[in-house]
Amino acid sequence: MRVPWHRAFSAPGVLFAGLGFAALLAPFMTIAANRIVAGDGIRAWDMAPDYATWPGLAAVLVGLLLGLPERLALVRLGGAVQGLCGLVLLLSIGGPALLEGAGTNARVSPALGFWCLLGIFLLLVADALVRMAPGPPARAGLLALAVGALAAVLGSGVLSDLSVLQEYASRREAFLAAAWRHLGLAFGSLALAAVIGFPLGILCHRAANLRAATLPVLSFLQTIPSLAMFGLMIPVLSWVGRTVPGAEAAGIAGIGFAPAFLALVLYALLPIVGNTVAGLAATPPAAREAARGMGMTPGQRLWRVELPLGLPVILTGLRIVLVQNIGLAVIAGLIGGGGFGTFVFQGLNQTATDLILLGALPTVALALTAALFMDILVDLTRPAQEARHD
Amino acid sequence: MTAAALRVAMLAVLLALVIRPHWFEPVFAPLAPAGGPVIYDRASLLSLSLNHLGLVLAASVTATLVAVGLAVLVTRPAGAAFRPLARSVANMGQTFPPVAVLALAVPSLGFGSGPTLVALFLYGLLPILENAITGLTNLPRATMEAARGIGLSRGQRLMRVEIPLALPVILTGIRLSVVIALGTATIGSTVAARTLGEVIIAGLLTSNTALVLQGGLIVGLFAVLIHDAMLQIETRLLRGGRI
Amino acid sequence: MIEIIGLTKTYDSVKAVDDVTLTVESGTITVIVGTSGSGKTTLLRMVNRLEEPTSGEVRINGASTQAVAPHILRRRIGYVIQGNGLFPHHTVARNIAAVPNLLNWPRDRIAARVDELLDLFSLDPDQYRDRYPADLSGGQQQRVGVARALASRPDLMLMDEPFGALDPIIRARAQDDLRRIQRKLGSTILLVTHDMEEAIRLADRIAVMDGGRLVQYDAPARIIAHPATGFVADMVGDVERPLRLLSLIPVSEVVTDGSADGAAISAEASLRDALSACLWTGRTAVPVERDGVRIGQVTLDAIRARAEFRA
Repeated sequence: MRVPWHRAFSAPGVLFAGLGFAALLAPFMTIAANRIVAGDGIRAWDMAPDYATWPGLAAVLVGLLLGLPERLALVRLGGAVQGLCGLVLLLSIGGPALLEGAGTNARVSPALGFWCLLGIFLLLVADALVRMAPGPPARAGLLALAVGALAAVLGSGVLSDLSVLQEYASRREAFLAAAWRHLGLAFGSLALAAVIGFPLGILCHRAANLRAATLPVLSFLQTIPSLAMFGLMIPVLSWVGRTVPGAEAAGIAGIGFAPAFLALVLYALLPIVGNTVAGLAATPPAAREAARGMGMTPGQRLWRVELPLGLPVILTGLRIVLVQNIGLAVIAGLIGGGGFGTFVFQGLNQTATDLILLGALPTVALALTAALFMDILVDLTRPAQEARHD
Repeated sequence: MTAAALRVAMLAVLLALVIRPHWFEPVFAPLAPAGGPVIYDRASLLSLSLNHLGLVLAASVTATLVAVGLAVLVTRPAGAAFRPLARSVANMGQTFPPVAVLALAVPSLGFGSGPTLVALFLYGLLPILENAITGLTNLPRATMEAARGIGLSRGQRLMRVEIPLALPVILTGIRLSVVIALGTATIGSTVAARTLGEVIIAGLLTSNTALVLQGGLIVGLFAVLIHDAMLQIETRLLRGGRI
Repeated sequence: MIEIIGLTKTYDSVKAVDDVTLTVESGTITVIVGTSGSGKTTLLRMVNRLEEPTSGEVRINGASTQAVAPHILRRRIGYVIQGNGLFPHHTVARNIAAVPNLLNWPRDRIAARVDELLDLFSLDPDQYRDRYPADLSGGQQQRVGVARALASRPDLMLMDEPFGALDPIIRARAQDDLRRIQRKLGSTILLVTHDMEEAIRLADRIAVMDGGRLVQYDAPARIIAHPATGFVADMVGDVERPLRLLSLIPVSEVVTDGSADGAAISAEASLRDALSACLWTGRTAVPVERDGVRIGQVTLDAIRARAEFRA
């Protein structure tokens, strides 16, 4: 079948190819005399002798061109992945080449051109995947593959010349501690909020007056800006630490882990309780009436009908909380609670960009992975009803 | 009635905290360390508040205009190719933590109000874009058919039917966006934007709980009252039969 | 036998159901007809105690429904509602097995019962057992809903507008199926509808409700011929009364000797169908057949004689 020529091209593909070529003209990496001062931008083909940069440049250019054909989503996906490989290759070539003879304190970092191209290729991946609409198992496989590839690239050491990884190398212990603390804050508060929130949500579903009293309070809490919330926890918990016997020994004090943890739990309650209520209420009225009419006890109705039917909505609540908590846990760095925020705020204080990145990039990656993972989980829980809505 | 009374009380406390902070000296004094300031004195709380709200207002207004414009574009036949992309960008973009967006704006834009404004704008765009696309695509089919049937042009359908019908969903997006912006602007003081977060940060740095509480209360009250006011406007519009 | 004795339900001093007494014989279909707000659904829901009566009593085979906990009572009573209320996350088999599961039947007994019911409703078990409700047509969903209510061989079936969501052709077929299966199993059914046509088609006895009160409880023919109040007459529809009466009488009752020309009509068809055949093809008589063998004819005169009002 013949397709008009302008329909043969994917509109986003054309846009991204144009933006991608423009981005190649911007500096790809910077080199600076040390970790604090601003660096000089270098274009991709000026980083090293021609023959060294050509493979990477070619991979990027062809990757952009492969994004063009409208009807071949798989080719677009392949092109985008190839482009990402090209970017990594360019970084691994440019790093050592620029550092050669630049002094012991010199630092190289990816620059505007790299970040733009990275964003463009990730958007191309997203656009191709939306068109291909893979099912949950395929998406889970792709996610695992992407995480594995990222880990492999970082672990292989080909990028170890980059400034942000130098920051990592000099703080390996602290980074791992921060990572564990960050995960502990995000997942621990999620777990505690779930333990409180699910029963509360079920009670709210049953009792209209409890629901009317609870949800506005939780939404009120959700509205309070995060820094204010973390700050307000400090006097509360330092009072608890001083007055409740044994609390101080258990590590409850005005600053540190406890106030951050508590603030995250409070933020998590609204999505959990709200979505539990919404999920349980989503049971078709006729199915609920039938369940009652056939002699199910309230407990049987909850476990056999309402909870399974509400599961996608309830899990969506957990997704919101997980993504939100991973992001908000950064604030803990301001009140001595640890986590990746420590690096972000240290970096801001020292105007050390790479330190900021060392905190911010893992947070972003963690939040994205959690979101994609939870999306897959949500989709897995609703195969039976799908046909009804489509 | 009690809700109205509560609103008035909160507004009164907020105004007093901002305009006459010294009235509260006895309340906060026990929390301040010996010799430390009880009331934030390095800048007037009023000017910080105005600055804070000004940043949020500027970012939210531009974000609304741009987001609604983009949503209209991708819901027209000409822009339809970009709709799936716009949806996934809006959805995935919101998983970027606001703090991270703010911190990442600093290396490229430097310190001060500039990066904060850009971060607020970019981040504020996403919830509005998501809701506006949802609102403009989930219109009742019968109504749209009727609008075509009575001979409205594309432009007339957009202005008289589609946008008014999508307005409640768009307004919800704007409300979410503003609440996030208020919170992110608070954190903006860590990159030297002059906002109310400054009070809290100063308190944290000097272990002065009085300042932390003061800043937290002011920011919290602003957020809760603004959120509430926007919610009132939404329900008022809905109930007024305008939609 | 189901005895409803002086049943009353009051909401904020408004009587939704006002002192209703009626008896349903075992193995029959009783249809409760009324307009919306007549209290018919409330009356039905008081039988399985989805609503608790303000006063009065229901006895099933002599035992008061108040003697056991409501959920135990309901497991003995089949319940079918408009829009079928199937569980969208369970397969057809699991939906049908819902009550046997609650009653802890052994697994193989449940499986056998599910297949038996699917067969009864002309749904091939191998094909439909593992499907989800969303994969079925509206008529199939409705059949699964009735099969589910029959699964544990209940003493009584309650049906609240069970065919309300179906389009007219499928509805007629579903009504015939219900009648057939009820005759075969000898079930006792109490069915609520707002549609007098449906009531006449299905019922052994019709209970007409108006404003919470039972205004007439009688056989369909008597409801048509002798409406107790103006309201009942309105429900029956004055103009259509002769046609409704004819629809109750099978052709076999008035078949006479003779051999009319043209296409034959089944002996089980109603006189209404025979009248329609006469008028449409311009004949004064149509041949009647049973099991493919012609057994006589039915004449227009004979039909007219049965349609005339006999006070």
